[in-house]
Amino acid sequence: MEVMMNKTTDSNSERREMVINMGPQHPSTHGVLRLELVLDGEVVKEVRPNIGYLHRCFEKYAEELGDYASVTPYTDRMDYVSAMNQELGYVIAIERLLELEIPERVEYIRVIISELQRIASHLLGIGAFGLDLGAFTPFLYLFTEREKILDIFEKTSGARLLYNYMTVGGLMKDVPKDFKKDTAEFVKTFRPKIKELNDLLSYNKIFINRTADIGVLPEKVALNYAASGPVLRGSGMKWDLRKDDPYSIYDRFDFDIPVGSGEVGTLGDCWDRYMVRVREMEQSLRIIEQALDGMPDEGDVTEAVPKRIRLKEGEIYCRTETPRGELGYYIISDKKGGPFRVKARAPSFVHLSMLPAISKGSLIADMVAIVGSIDIVLGEVDR
Amino acid sequence: MIESYGNINPVLAVLIHALIPLTIILVYALVAIWGERKVAGFIQDRLGPHRVGGWHGWAQSIADLLKLIQKEDIVPKDASRFLFKFAPFMMFAASYAAFAVLPFSSWYIGSMIDIGVFYLIAITSVLTLSVIMAGWASNNKWSLLGGMRSAAQLVSYEVPTIATVLTVIVVSGSLNLMTVTEMQSGNDILGFLPNWFIFQNPFLIIAFGIFFISILVESHRVPFDLPESESELVAGYQTEYSGMRWAMFMLAEYADMLLLSLLGVTLFFGGWNSPFGSFMSGPAWGFFWFLLKGFMLVFVMMWIRWTLPRYRVDQLMHICWGILIPATFVNLILVALWEVVF
Repeated sequence: MEVMMNKTTDSNSERREMVINMGPQHPSTHGVLRLELVLDGEVVKEVRPNIGYLHRCFEKYAEELGDYASVTPYTDRMDYVSAMNQELGYVIAIERLLELEIPERVEYIRVIISELQRIASHLLGIGAFGLDLGAFTPFLYLFTEREKILDIFEKTSGARLLYNYMTVGGLMKDVPKDFKKDTAEFVKTFRPKIKELNDLLSYNKIFINRTADIGVLPEKVALNYAASGPVLRGSGMKWDLRKDDPYSIYDRFDFDIPVGSGEVGTLGDCWDRYMVRVREMEQSLRIIEQALDGMPDEGDVTEAVPKRIRLKEGEIYCRTETPRGELGYYIISDKKGGPFRVKARAPSFVHLSMLPAISKGSLIADMVAIVGSIDIVLGEVDR
Repeated sequence: MIESYGNINPVLAVLIHALIPLTIILVYALVAIWGERKVAGFIQDRLGPHRVGGWHGWAQSIADLLKLIQKEDIVPKDASRFLFKFAPFMMFAASYAAFAVLPFSSWYIGSMIDIGVFYLIAITSVLTLSVIMAGWASNNKWSLLGGMRSAAQLVSYEVPTIATVLTVIVVSGSLNLMTVTEMQSGNDILGFLPNWFIFQNPFLIIAFGIFFISILVESHRVPFDLPESESELVAGYQTEYSGMRWAMFMLAEYADMLLLSLLGVTLFFGGWNSPFGSFMSGPAWGFFWFLLKGFMLVFVMMWIRWTLPRYRVDQLMHICWGILIPATFVNLILVALWEVVF
């Protein structure tokens, strides 16, 4: 029994602290993340995130493939929860290097698909967050909705998780005939579900008790750590690349950027980050509705796809707003067939790095809430 | 009530007395685990177990039990072997032993002792010990944390539980659960309501509220299932257990749920008394009503489990020491005053 309580980080301390590994096989680390916790009773004194369990050499693969188009399926595997958004970022980067003109219809389909994907991703993020706090039922309600989106994607691309649907210059194939009908149907049925979610989880007293004033991330700290996406907006900063650095055709749509307000606690707490995601789903629905109205019915989605991608020497940093935040691709092209270098700036990785800063002094149960509220995907952290 | 059997061999009589609650617990556990999964399924908009045995997967629990029997019995290398192996059985024994003083029907009670309530509360405290034992003996930090949480939680919540039981004792004047039940016979309140304690005294409704919250904690149910909260502590003190030892924990947990629900039924809802006066009453109906009322409370516990998130450990302690305990004692005085005045 001698091993149990005696591990201390500092030989001078009075054997009060216990080092414990949360993960890599822990139900609430959202994948293979290992957090080394230094505990005093249940109070977390120190957190050391250990990553790398899911490293698949994405960047090296991209360099070795020798072809720009072949990289797209690998981007899917970074953030497997929002694969469409990962593809979109990459293809837009290459299109900008190529200075390609993209057909209207393709742009509209891309926006609809990536907003649907944003909703699907937030549904998983919110559901898993609730699950971490012991609310099992909302998780399954949200999965029912996510299922509908995945069904639309399956009809469209043939896959349910890793799609390989967007290509440089267009899409792999046209959307099915009833795509518009299915999507409109989903938008109609999903709106009331958000209200149901708010009744069941968001404004639940216990849920608020568990998330308000926990893991407070002040705006300044968030900026210092280069946070983005819902995490940054949860801290009260209005920053969304769809508005502030529009890509694709996002400048044509009318939508709001929800930010945290400290409604039930301190500005920038777990509840704010959670609620930003819930409200973003409503805004995504607005975008989808407008895009469905504006989408041309006819047009070849593959007409602008280049037979062979030949790039001049050059480099580009292209950033897009994924459900988790700013996804940036830094691509250097030389005269060879494939990219010389592809560097992905993954929002999950950035957000994970600030975990020690916002979780000091919390309880183990809060740790779970904080990890859940920053909504990391380990595939993207490790790449 | 061994004496009342006259000619039967005392050892045989004890055995029969012991086997009746055991049978009830075992059958109930199988039904309740299946029922819990069905309830969860319906609340979550899905079907739940639906294959094994045909009709609504009724044999699912039996299949699970058979699976658990076949599992390898793993004891961690550095575990304290005796305590590790002993803890699950001790836990079950504690809740099983408490069934002895519950009056299942007007002619059946395991042991008619005058300090029934006192005995029940004392014997269920052993649960705490076995949880700490399991948590410590596993030599796993998560288990240890679960064990410590459980100790803090159970010891704290024994205070409001006992205090609410005390409020009922103030009204009944007896610690014998059979006498407590007999006092609740008849339908005299407002001409039609049964004479259950919960209807006899308005402050006992508050007492029941506090009692119900406390038994949720005592039986580790959501929103107070902190000792085994899977998203924080993996599985708490059960983390290292497998096979039948783990099944014993599950059995004890469900037995504990039933035990505390039945205690609540005895104290507040008239025990084996029929809600319709002399209609459908009698010794056999007594069994039916007693268990039915118990299952209703168990169902409410399941309902809560699949609806609410979980409290945090410090909030749990605050609810106990900051809200429930003062409220209980104020309530105790009010109940006593009501009894004096009316």
